[in-house]
Amino acid sequence: MKNRLLWPLLALVALLLLNLVVTPSFFSLRMQDGHLYGSLVDVLKNGAPTLLIALGMTLVIATRGIDLSVGAVAAIAGAVTCVHIGTSGDAGTAIAGMAIALVLCAVLGLWNGFLVAGLGIQPIIATLVLMTAGRGVAMLVTEGQIVTVNNTAYKQVGAGFVVLPTSILISLLVLALVAFVTRKTALGMLIEAVGVNPEASRLAGVRARTIIWTVYVFAAVCAGIAGLMISSNVSAADANNAGLWIEMDAILAVVIGGTSLAGGRYSLTGTLLGALIIQTLTTTVYTIGVAPEVTLVFKAVVVIAVCLVQAPKARAALSFRKVAVSS
Amino acid sequence: MLKKITTVAGVVLLSALTACGSGGGGGGTASSGGTITMGFAQVGAESGWRTANTKSIQDEAKAAGVDLKFSDAQQKQENQIKAIRSYIQQKVSVIAFSPVVETGWDTVLLEAKRANIPVILTDRSIDSDDTSLYKTFLGSDFVEEGRKAGDWLVANASGPTNVVELQGTTGAAPAIDRKKGFEEKIASKSDIKVVASQTGDFTRSGGKQVMEAFLKSQSKIDVVYAHNDDMGLGAIEAIKAAGKVPGKDIKIITVDAVKDGMTALANGEINFIVECNPLLGRQLMELTKKVVAGEEVPARVVTEEGTFTQEQAKAALPQRQY
Repeated sequence: MKNRLLWPLLALVALLLLNLVVTPSFFSLRMQDGHLYGSLVDVLKNGAPTLLIALGMTLVIATRGIDLSVGAVAAIAGAVTCVHIGTSGDAGTAIAGMAIALVLCAVLGLWNGFLVAGLGIQPIIATLVLMTAGRGVAMLVTEGQIVTVNNTAYKQVGAGFVVLPTSILISLLVLALVAFVTRKTALGMLIEAVGVNPEASRLAGVRARTIIWTVYVFAAVCAGIAGLMISSNVSAADANNAGLWIEMDAILAVVIGGTSLAGGRYSLTGTLLGALIIQTLTTTVYTIGVAPEVTLVFKAVVVIAVCLVQAPKARAALSFRKVAVSS
Repeated sequence: MLKKITTVAGVVLLSALTACGSGGGGGGTASSGGTITMGFAQVGAESGWRTANTKSIQDEAKAAGVDLKFSDAQQKQENQIKAIRSYIQQKVSVIAFSPVVETGWDTVLLEAKRANIPVILTDRSIDSDDTSLYKTFLGSDFVEEGRKAGDWLVANASGPTNVVELQGTTGAAPAIDRKKGFEEKIASKSDIKVVASQTGDFTRSGGKQVMEAFLKSQSKIDVVYAHNDDMGLGAIEAIKAAGKVPGKDIKIITVDAVKDGMTALANGEINFIVECNPLLGRQLMELTKKVVAGEEVPARVVTEEGTFTQEQAKAALPQRQY
């Protein structure tokens, strides 16, 4: 277990060191208007939505599923909240809007769960439905416009600070909750059991359907909260672009963290590392000034390197060489 | 889901119209009745800019007495081609459209040419060797927009000026051209330097995230040049979070002039906006009348566009439609 997390951790450290070499001020932190200010804080703040979505995705993937609809769900959450808030600056309206959005996201999660657990449709197809249609729903809600709000209470979720960014505090709180609920109870083991063999676990008395249903609802609610962060960060709902391709980042974070897409064993710490690597990578590109034309290539090279060092075969080759050198 | 249904319904409706048209023995041709029929194939409704563009075309068609047949392609080329084919079968007097992508139009436009239906491109151009496929292209000159932004900076900069640039989507024509025009103009003044340039994907989140990183990696930033208002609005948020005053400590230049951008400009948070005008309906109708009457029209017509300073924004904001 420890060994599996070593490589993603090393990758993260290497990325941070690269930044330190190119931009010596990367690690500098200072207080600005009562909150911490610096590049590392940006990594945490902008990585919070990806981390949250990746958490939900980890559990879904552990059941041998996948949820492609999270980006669209995030867009819907932002759209519904911003349209509800409208021109109001009232904290109550903002809270009501967020509550409505999250309940709606839970319903969307139920829908995904129904398709996967109820009708037995393959997860990638089932969630593709909402991935495509969801953005259309978000567009309908906002009538194709970018809805701008001016509400200090709402702004707190994605752009606010309690010394650290509020968004990362929310994500870490959810991480702690998930870790507690799945690792201190049997739930985590049951989820893994469903992922390894749904039929066998059902015969063993595990309520496989209920568990699958639950993880999709959880993933959708996580996506909803992430959508609120994304939209609140810029005080606007952009149905076209909010959470666009974030499902891919989330899946990548899960995979980098060492959770297998084949289901079964999962690692929450790995997902945390994965999400941090992805966001550090993005911030690195902006900070050290990689030209936009080669950004994607740069990112791809790093991701390939991280995945390669985790592959059992590549690792075996590496350790073989180590042995050869030492002997 | 609903969007899909609408598309399907639209296609069904179009084919129904087509059937009626051919059943009438082609009697509905425009020139016979005196009114002009225009088939317009829109890209979609992907932004506020586009919605304003659509509304302008619909309103101006009504005002000019042009019978407008409108279709929404949901950002898909095949839908636009289908729409254009049905317009050809309906024998409209003129076809206008904003191509979703640059290439792949030769076949369908050749069909229009054979049917003697003139084609007008709006907003975006096509990439084809055969320029006889369309009469004229009405749209913004993105390079000129970049030049206007550069001109303002050259006129208003004093002393060494460090500029950071928030580019549009990498590879998109407006991003390439707005960068080019801007660089052309600031080259004349050696103390204006672009110290960092990254893509913010034309979005607020993108603009904010890139600006946050710039504020930490660059020791001195005097000016932000954003390729659209939304990225500029994101940058404003980042500048505020850094404890600086947007529009004063760091000056901001953007392109587009949508309502949210204009509001920020009027509030003094943006310093200068170059307009990218979606209201090309009136110019389109004028061109249409000329084309139908058989008059010569220039192959390239640039949309009428201005620029806005903070004072002009305050005056223009109440009537802003988009």
